[in-house]
Amino acid sequence: MHSGESISIWFFIGISLLVNGLLILSAGLYEWGHPPQNPVVLFHLHASIWWGGFLFLVGTLYCFHFAPWKQRS
Amino acid sequence: MITALASVSAQRLVHLSPVDLAIIIFCFALVLAIGFYLKQRANTSEDYFMAGREMTAWIAGLSFLSANLGSLELMGWAGASYQYGILAAHWYWVGAIPAMLFLGIVMMPFYYISKTHSVPGYLKLRFGESSRALSAISFAMMTVLMSGINMYSMALVMKVVLGWDINFSILISSITVAIYVTLGGLRSAIFNEVLQFILIWAGSLLIPVLGLVEAGGWSNLKARIATNASAEYTHLWSTLGSFRDNPMGIHWTGIVFGLGMVISFGYWTTDFLVVQRVLSAKDLRAAKMAPIIGAAFKMFVPFIVILPGLLAIAVLPVKLTGEGTAIATGGHSYNEVLPLMLARYCGPGLLGLGITALMAGFMSGMAGNVSAFSTVWTYDIYGALLNKKADDAQYVRMGRWSTLGGVFISIVTAYFVMHFLSIMDYVQALFSFFIAPLYGTVILGMLWKGATPAGGFWGLLAGTASSIGMWAWVKLSPGAIAYVALSSHASDMAQNMYRALWSWIVCVAVTVVVSVFTKARPEIELEGLVYGATRIPSEKQIPLIHRPSFWAVVVTVVFLALNYYFW
Repeated sequence: MHSGESISIWFFIGISLLVNGLLILSAGLYEWGHPPQNPVVLFHLHASIWWGGFLFLVGTLYCFHFAPWKQRS
Repeated sequence: MITALASVSAQRLVHLSPVDLAIIIFCFALVLAIGFYLKQRANTSEDYFMAGREMTAWIAGLSFLSANLGSLELMGWAGASYQYGILAAHWYWVGAIPAMLFLGIVMMPFYYISKTHSVPGYLKLRFGESSRALSAISFAMMTVLMSGINMYSMALVMKVVLGWDINFSILISSITVAIYVTLGGLRSAIFNEVLQFILIWAGSLLIPVLGLVEAGGWSNLKARIATNASAEYTHLWSTLGSFRDNPMGIHWTGIVFGLGMVISFGYWTTDFLVVQRVLSAKDLRAAKMAPIIGAAFKMFVPFIVILPGLLAIAVLPVKLTGEGTAIATGGHSYNEVLPLMLARYCGPGLLGLGITALMAGFMSGMAGNVSAFSTVWTYDIYGALLNKKADDAQYVRMGRWSTLGGVFISIVTAYFVMHFLSIMDYVQALFSFFIAPLYGTVILGMLWKGATPAGGFWGLLAGTASSIGMWAWVKLSPGAIAYVALSSHASDMAQNMYRALWSWIVCVAVTVVVSVFTKARPEIELEGLVYGATRIPSEKQIPLIHRPSFWAVVVTVVFLALNYYFW
């Protein structure tokens, strides 16, 4: 919904995915460099890195596409 | 579930890292920011209670589904799938999809064209004040009580999973929901529900994906389940020929008629908690599309709820047990499936997102309850019975106060339940008393011009009374289950299905009989309320790809294919 001058809900979702993705990606990269003593099952797949990266990418796209300044123009 | 969790030791299932806590705190901050931002757009009653009736089909549809996706729903059904196998998916497919499509295609035009603010409001237009009062008071009471029970349950989950103090969980979550719903009304609730819907998927999706990788694909998963449990756990329909042939102790008639035709239609088409989201749509086409979009996503929720339960049977090194055994042995119960699977695959960051998904589920469910309560209280009790001359500003003010009041009653209920755990079973049963008969009243009102105001009221009352009567009968005389649920082997779940079916039949029968002997309203007064007396806009000028009926057919085909594949 982005009627009038309101900020689109999809922009808020973009922010959420971007920040969460960045935090998860960072944690994944840190764990890659410093493997934990008790890793989770399938640790070698590095799910934090690719899932965090995916969320970050989608979040970035949403933030740009539904940015308030683009909606007003 | 609650009794078990309450009795479990304080030992936590998972440990959060700083990055997990950062993700959780960010989620709370964002939903509050949305509430403060949307306060400026909640000035009129139409804004506050109906979100200005300007939501797109996508937003209304996702919110419609999200209001139902509570954290207990996620954890409870994941546990049920570990216990009963894929049979639990019936609650997502036959127990939801037909009803959601029916709401969109058949019922939504009447709700939307009548411009009602609530389901009790529709009953007022169709049957008069007495039917509205009966359904409004019962709905308002049950909604806040259920909200309180969910709040307590969620706090217990946080205690078991994270070791958090129950008081802390109750206060933080309820204050957050109270702030964003009180400030921004339904629009704020809907925005946050859509956000929380995305978080639920983002936080839960990795479990089935990684689980399938570990199990070696669906075929290998089925083989391992057959070894560890039974091959019947992966069949949806083929074991329902007899009460004794499946772990749920249910017959296909209970699933099809009780769940599929009464309980699910009652919940998805007349429970104002979910219907309110669709009423916020910007036009009739969006209102019809919203439940269809919700149905399309609902079909795939078993991927993040049912599949983790099945995967747990195959990959978890420990055997989960029922509540009593788990308490006695210090082991894990069925209901801990989702947190256990989360801890199995998710490291720092992902774990925080998974926990955020559970919290998001709770907040969206609670926001749905309090916003629906606030609307029904303000329009159907305060405006209809207490202050008939209230102006628009008074409605908004009462909406904000009743939202706070709803949260407060929920908190009181949560603490009440904490001290009297057995009360929970009674309140949950009470809630089920009203759903099936209400559906009988609404559907007859919409589809039959001959249904009279007296018929509607007495049918609703008789249906509700018969449901309470059957429940009390079985409580006082357990052998009565053989009559109510058609088998002495029927489980509690099966009993609920049949009780709903009988109470619906009683409601419909009484409504018809009373209507035959009382005077119906003139057809001119039924315009916009009843099939045959309402001109529903044609879809012929709309391109096929944009027609709700086209997408309803698409969803139906996928729904049938899923049932066939997992037969």
